[in-house]
Amino acid sequence: MLAAIGVESMDDLLLDIPSSLRIKTLELPAGLSEHETMSQISSLAARNRVFPDRLTFRGGGVYRRFIPAAVAAVTSKPEFYTAYTPYQPEASQGTLQAIFEFQTLIAELTDLDVANASLYDGATAVAEAAMMAHIHTGRKEIVVSGYLHPEYVEVLRAFSDGRGLKVRKGTEPGPKTAAVIFQQPDFLGLLVDARTLTENAHAAGALAVACVDPISLAVLAPPGQYGADIAVGEGQQLGLSPSYGGPHVGFISCRKELVRRLPGRLIGTAYDKEGRRGFNLALAAREQHIRREKATSNICTNHSLCALAASVYMTYMGPDGLRQVAEVGFKRAHALAARLAALPGWEPAFPDRQFLNEFPMRVPKGPAVVRKLARKGILGPLDVHRWFRELKGVLTFTCTEVNDPRALDELVAALES
Amino acid sequence: MTEPLSFEKSRRSAEGPRLPDADVTAPEPSEVLAPEMLRANPPGLPRLSEPEIMRHYSRLASMNYSISEQFYPLGSCTMKYNPVVNEAAAVLPGFADLHPYQDEATVQGALELMWRLERALCAVVGVERVTLQPAAGAHGEWTALMMIQAYHHSRGDARTEVLVPDSAHGTNPASAALSGFHVVEVKSGADGRISLADLESKLSPQVAALMLTNPNTLGLFEREILDIAEMVHATGAMLYYDGANLNAFMGICRPGDMGFDAVHMNLHKTFTTPHGGGGPGAGPVGVKADLVPFLPTPTVERTDGHLKLDFKRPQSIGRVRSFYGNFGMLVRAYAYIVAMGGDGLAQASRDAVLSANYLRKQVEDDLDMPHEGPCMHEFVASAHNLAPQGVRALDVAKALLDRDFYAPTIYFPLVVPEAIMVEPTETESKDTLDAFAAAIKEIVAEAKSNPQALHDAPRNLPVGRLDEVAAARRINAYLQGQAEDPVLRWKPAEK
Repeated sequence: MLAAIGVESMDDLLLDIPSSLRIKTLELPAGLSEHETMSQISSLAARNRVFPDRLTFRGGGVYRRFIPAAVAAVTSKPEFYTAYTPYQPEASQGTLQAIFEFQTLIAELTDLDVANASLYDGATAVAEAAMMAHIHTGRKEIVVSGYLHPEYVEVLRAFSDGRGLKVRKGTEPGPKTAAVIFQQPDFLGLLVDARTLTENAHAAGALAVACVDPISLAVLAPPGQYGADIAVGEGQQLGLSPSYGGPHVGFISCRKELVRRLPGRLIGTAYDKEGRRGFNLALAAREQHIRREKATSNICTNHSLCALAASVYMTYMGPDGLRQVAEVGFKRAHALAARLAALPGWEPAFPDRQFLNEFPMRVPKGPAVVRKLARKGILGPLDVHRWFRELKGVLTFTCTEVNDPRALDELVAALES
Repeated sequence: MTEPLSFEKSRRSAEGPRLPDADVTAPEPSEVLAPEMLRANPPGLPRLSEPEIMRHYSRLASMNYSISEQFYPLGSCTMKYNPVVNEAAAVLPGFADLHPYQDEATVQGALELMWRLERALCAVVGVERVTLQPAAGAHGEWTALMMIQAYHHSRGDARTEVLVPDSAHGTNPASAALSGFHVVEVKSGADGRISLADLESKLSPQVAALMLTNPNTLGLFEREILDIAEMVHATGAMLYYDGANLNAFMGICRPGDMGFDAVHMNLHKTFTTPHGGGGPGAGPVGVKADLVPFLPTPTVERTDGHLKLDFKRPQSIGRVRSFYGNFGMLVRAYAYIVAMGGDGLAQASRDAVLSANYLRKQVEDDLDMPHEGPCMHEFVASAHNLAPQGVRALDVAKALLDRDFYAPTIYFPLVVPEAIMVEPTETESKDTLDAFAAAIKEIVAEAKSNPQALHDAPRNLPVGRLDEVAAARRINAYLQGQAEDPVLRWKPAEK
């Protein structure tokens, strides 16, 4: 090959690199065989403690749920996972159609007009929604109402810093408010009055942004039903493993009037000369490779494979399956909450508030409780005092369809011991 | 062949999957929650049986090109083979089933992996520390610019401009604008490299950073990089490295040594994590000592063999995504680095440069070559020579699809008319490169003999060229309330 190029040595091809910059060796260990590689990585994996899913009662934005085998069977097809971003639509119809279906599934679930092809995660989805509201209203204040996931708030603040937006916690929007953002159910699992929050936002001329749990929408009123303008959320529960926090998938959907402000990719239908329907990237003029510094967002990709997993999950579940898992989580959480409230010194942290499948308890010696459960092989509740000073001794418990009734018994027995 | 949408195949008679019952004594949601809290109508998800679902997605899969089957000569995108061992590593239960809020003592292996990956990336690019948090390249760019902004602010220096070459990736100006900077373009000279005279004229105390990739998007090494770095640093600005082209010189040289202060990397390009049809990727950012205080929280710290997450970083720009990044992608990239080793990574880059120069030579008589060689890991050709026949870069790209090759990147960089940007990577054998060169020759010959055939390509794929203009018109009609079809989603006819 060197002869064909017309040079004598490999180094002749590297002459543009100043010799002072050349390094002799890359200071890393020598390469390993596949067997040695896996054995080294397996030994790292073995240094982590994996709690069984049925004994995991910790949520806080990432949940253990039943994942149908169909999900991995589809996402591990190399035609999907080794494909590039679908810039050549004729050779990417599989990915494009799957993502078009994802957009439709999310729009249906949130009861809004249009969803995009997905975002990185729930946190960046919240930040992108705030940016949309800012561009749409020309206003610079973002009001965060109630217990929005604390990491989402942190990401929102980091994004806002760059864009000159102010983030304020509170409930009352004002004349400078671009968006009111609330989470339903909130970070503690509590239900908020989404309709009133939405109406208050609108009365102040602001947009209402609902950060929602996708599974909850099989039971709870979806954002479109109470008039929210933008819905966002984290889609990890739709068939993705916890994987120490990622990769997961963010979603965003909105009313028709806001579609041009949507960040990231959008897939639409298009037809070829013979009238065959295909799928293609749409409204690309919003995006950075054309608009450059005038782009709506700098996002040039989505989390396509995770969106595919979520699509397989939602299609597998169908409306009935999704409702079933939402209801099972609801019932088991309510059964567990009643039993926990009977423990000496334990009480619901917010007795007047309702919840779905995650709920906060106020307990004596919260951190000790979590440690004790870990010793018994249970990944216990989340101690939320870490983020909220006013929530000392408050632990949130989560139940899903993987926490079978015997697992609830084991949890209660461990707490009583 | 086309495949109906899952919604179009939905059957009302299809039962949902068998799932556990609650099996506890508890109320129904409707007994506890007020009616307005409840969903009025079930969501319109499709109803299909498992075999129908599996066939549906298998058919969709068969309509994709992918690196597992085709050569992707996609310039700037580094489409290498994705080793399957990476996938085996990422799905180990010890990683996949970890909850992000587990106590540190129970995730020492995960933190150790992140720490080791950080050290390895530091070694490859020559920096002090790396944040693994950004989820993608553009996210990494923005994260780096936020750190650079915080650095200047910490010195009471409110700089407002970021310089970006005219050949830069589109995400560069977009990321700069979203960090609140005014973007100023720097021109390329006739040789395709950044014009030092133009750079000199644009540098001022207002400039926060110059964003650069090296080799640049034309595949050319910026020979004067050390002078560029000196000029930039002399004005107090920082030098930012867009890591899209890192595959050109692993183990050969390092951005840190060139004077770059912040470096983003694409694990989905250089370090073989799969593209997934458009993500998830991972875009770690490496920084020199001056920028370390501003890294996103948390960082991974290691003392006496014990690893911990450090949240107490008062000057940090904060958090750029939830948790600790796309951890599953970090596992894959780490597996690749362990398997390759320092020697293997260096060999990969040398092979990538060799392949690009070889392929460039094979097609240099067929297409215009706007810049002198040798190139690094990619080259930019131009279909401008086919203009007399009315054949454009787009036609060449589509004709390649018909010949079972994915298309090169076209119309980028913007500074080359009818650009065709080819990056073969170290994955491809000489035979594959020869076959690709033969396809280019065939297409160029066809441009002269039968240009219409190229305008009609592709003909061997599920659909031909899609009418984007008509699609945009239909979207407008929907958004303006003049049509029912939302175009951007499926909608049932009767709804």
